[in-house]
Amino acid sequence: MGTAVTAPTNIMLVGVGGQGIILASEVLCRALLNAGWQVKKSEVHGMAQRGGSVRTDVRFGSEIHAPLISAGTADLLVAFEQLEALRYAHFLRPRGLVLLSTERIMPVTILTGPHPYPENTPSRLEQRGAQVRLVDAPGIAAEAGNPRTAGIALMGALAEYVEISAPAWRKAITALVPERYRDVNRDAFRRGRRLKADRAG
Amino acid sequence: MVRTPTKPQLLSGNEAIARGAYEAGVKVAASYPGTPATEILESLATYEGIHAQWSPNEKVALDVAFGAALGGVRALASMKHVGLNVAADSLFTIAYTGATAGLVVVSADDPGMHSSQNEQDNRHYARAAKVPMLEPADSQEAKDFVIEAFHISEEFDTPVLLRTTTRISHGKSPVRLGRRRQPRPRSFERQTRKYVMIPGHARGRHVVVEERLERLRQLSNTIPLNRIEMGDPDLGIIAAGAAYQYAREARPGASFLKLGMSYPLPDELIRNFAARVRRVFIIEELDPFLEEQVAALGIKVRGKPRSMRLGELDAAAVAAALGDKPPAPEPITDLPARPPVLCPGCPHAGVFYVLRKLKAVVAGDIGCYTLSVLPPLEAMDTCICMGAAIGNAAGLERAFAVAGDQRPVVGTLGDSTFVHAGIAPLIDLVYNQGCATIVILDNGTTAMTGRQDHPATGRTARGERTHQLDLEALCRACGVDDVAVVDPYNLEALEQALKRAIAARHPSVVITRHECVLLTRGAPRKPAHVVEEMCVGCGLCLGLGCPALGAIAAEPKGRLKPSINQELCAGCGLCAQICRREAIEWEQP
Repeated sequence: MGTAVTAPTNIMLVGVGGQGIILASEVLCRALLNAGWQVKKSEVHGMAQRGGSVRTDVRFGSEIHAPLISAGTADLLVAFEQLEALRYAHFLRPRGLVLLSTERIMPVTILTGPHPYPENTPSRLEQRGAQVRLVDAPGIAAEAGNPRTAGIALMGALAEYVEISAPAWRKAITALVPERYRDVNRDAFRRGRRLKADRAG
Repeated sequence: MVRTPTKPQLLSGNEAIARGAYEAGVKVAASYPGTPATEILESLATYEGIHAQWSPNEKVALDVAFGAALGGVRALASMKHVGLNVAADSLFTIAYTGATAGLVVVSADDPGMHSSQNEQDNRHYARAAKVPMLEPADSQEAKDFVIEAFHISEEFDTPVLLRTTTRISHGKSPVRLGRRRQPRPRSFERQTRKYVMIPGHARGRHVVVEERLERLRQLSNTIPLNRIEMGDPDLGIIAAGAAYQYAREARPGASFLKLGMSYPLPDELIRNFAARVRRVFIIEELDPFLEEQVAALGIKVRGKPRSMRLGELDAAAVAAALGDKPPAPEPITDLPARPPVLCPGCPHAGVFYVLRKLKAVVAGDIGCYTLSVLPPLEAMDTCICMGAAIGNAAGLERAFAVAGDQRPVVGTLGDSTFVHAGIAPLIDLVYNQGCATIVILDNGTTAMTGRQDHPATGRTARGERTHQLDLEALCRACGVDDVAVVDPYNLEALEQALKRAIAARHPSVVITRHECVLLTRGAPRKPAHVVEEMCVGCGLCLGLGCPALGAIAAEPKGRLKPSINQELCAGCGLCAQICRREAIEWEQP
């Protein structure tokens, strides 16, 4: 892309292990690379992936050093799940954007722990100075015909906010999604992209 | 995978290490799965022309790789940080012998303990074993440094340690690929004074090791992997690996001494750098490994605060250590935690449910099943390291006998973990006439690290059929006459088997055998249902900690009326068997 050094853009993807964050972030990074950006991504595997809280950091720009996003510097927080959006809210920069899935997944700890599942996630995020776009990712995925495409639907919604051409996205999905799931994922991506993201209230 | 695209590929550090090994002409690679190192061997197994194998443990892996290098071909062994503890016995003496062809040992450390039982800093191994160490700072370097490591290994006749951390191994960044080189196999020559380490020979080799270390120090001073990047001379930062990247981000204008070869340290280069800057800061994760050695050169250095020896760094942490005040928004704290959990339908869940019911003291081990320590199962009492369960159980039982403690002692470990380090302690248990009960949780895979094969699955790292280790016969051969096999989906049979084994006054093994649910994902399943009118909300079923059950029990105070998430339920029927009121409908497969 450009020759001038631009500040990196930081996108943090958060959710619950098993929600497809790794595939979604792979598609995002491949699309960014296709679009000519320098890209770094960081995630953890192993124990953390067993239904626990997970986070993947994606950074892109003309020059990237640190593999991790520091607190208060994420431009975009893509939350696959509502509770996890709150857990990582402090990574967002002031006026940063949250793409917030409507998905709610109850952790086992609410049975025994002191804290109930939090309500009013969008307004709590807005109170912290975030901009919030609510995305009915599970609904879009259901319309597309496979609940497992919710993550790709979120990438479709994200497409509005990052400089990646449609062919770069398309090539990324083709390269990374197994053939028999390709059409349904393309459909979920298109539906996510078409979505007039609702302003949360 | 012979194609050589010119466009950079987005590779994880682990994939890049595998690619580097391929390009360096590696012929033999061995490993045991362990986060964050697992994908190195997994990736190597996809290349033609490389024998890539899972070994039963890291020591065997290193012994095989060394043997291959001795035999004349380039070889690599990879492991997580604690795996090198297991392989250390071999490493320290291989450091004396050297080999015929190049040998590289990869250690992937886990600062922050994302998936580990400790946070050890394996840079100390390079110093302790007196072997050179390279530390890549991104995927491109990971690939390039592997190739460089083989050059060093052959030029200096030494194993080379390539040390990564989670953020390097699991971080992805673009990599330019190169062609595979095919070094001609070298010929193994009988040199007993070099390869047979009896004391008389080893004394001579120790002299060689010390001389070699001096020559390596000279290399470290001149190798391009160690370079000065002059910026503002007011601040000079010495850093390696991920820490270098955080420091570059935190202080882009500073001067840097970027270390790619971090042992032996480049003493002259460090002195030269220190003379060109006003202040020298060391930025490193975990222990003050660089700091202490640089200080020992007589250079006044500023390290990081003691508190930062814990966990991972990021750019903000480095900025703070350098005296900046980076933005630090407060996290929201009144949130329910979301620890990792056993999967819906996990065959381990029922085993720990029953062990808790039997009030057993459970010596645990390394694997998914360690998660049974968390609520609501809370069924594990120890977890130390691979294979420790059996010896720990034997010792606990011995102490309980002295103390008159009547609680039953059970050691639990997975099939892969048992093969890794459980066989010798089982022999010990029998030999020394212990009578603890050992449960081998046989789910037919190495689940936690992502379902790798092992000797008892009967498949190789490439998925090809091979001899399948017979666990029952192995236990009997160790001297355990009382070996039972039970399906942990059948709670009644499981409880009977465990009760009987615990009551026995001889050593016993119960193998709980059911395939990991991750292996059968996508197979047809029949989810269970709650029969509303029968359920009294006693909450007994919730004690399993099944995510499919817990997922919707969000009712406010009072009785917890469970329902079952039809998307998540694996149809294992454990909850239905626990229910005393037949309030869960379930069809036995």
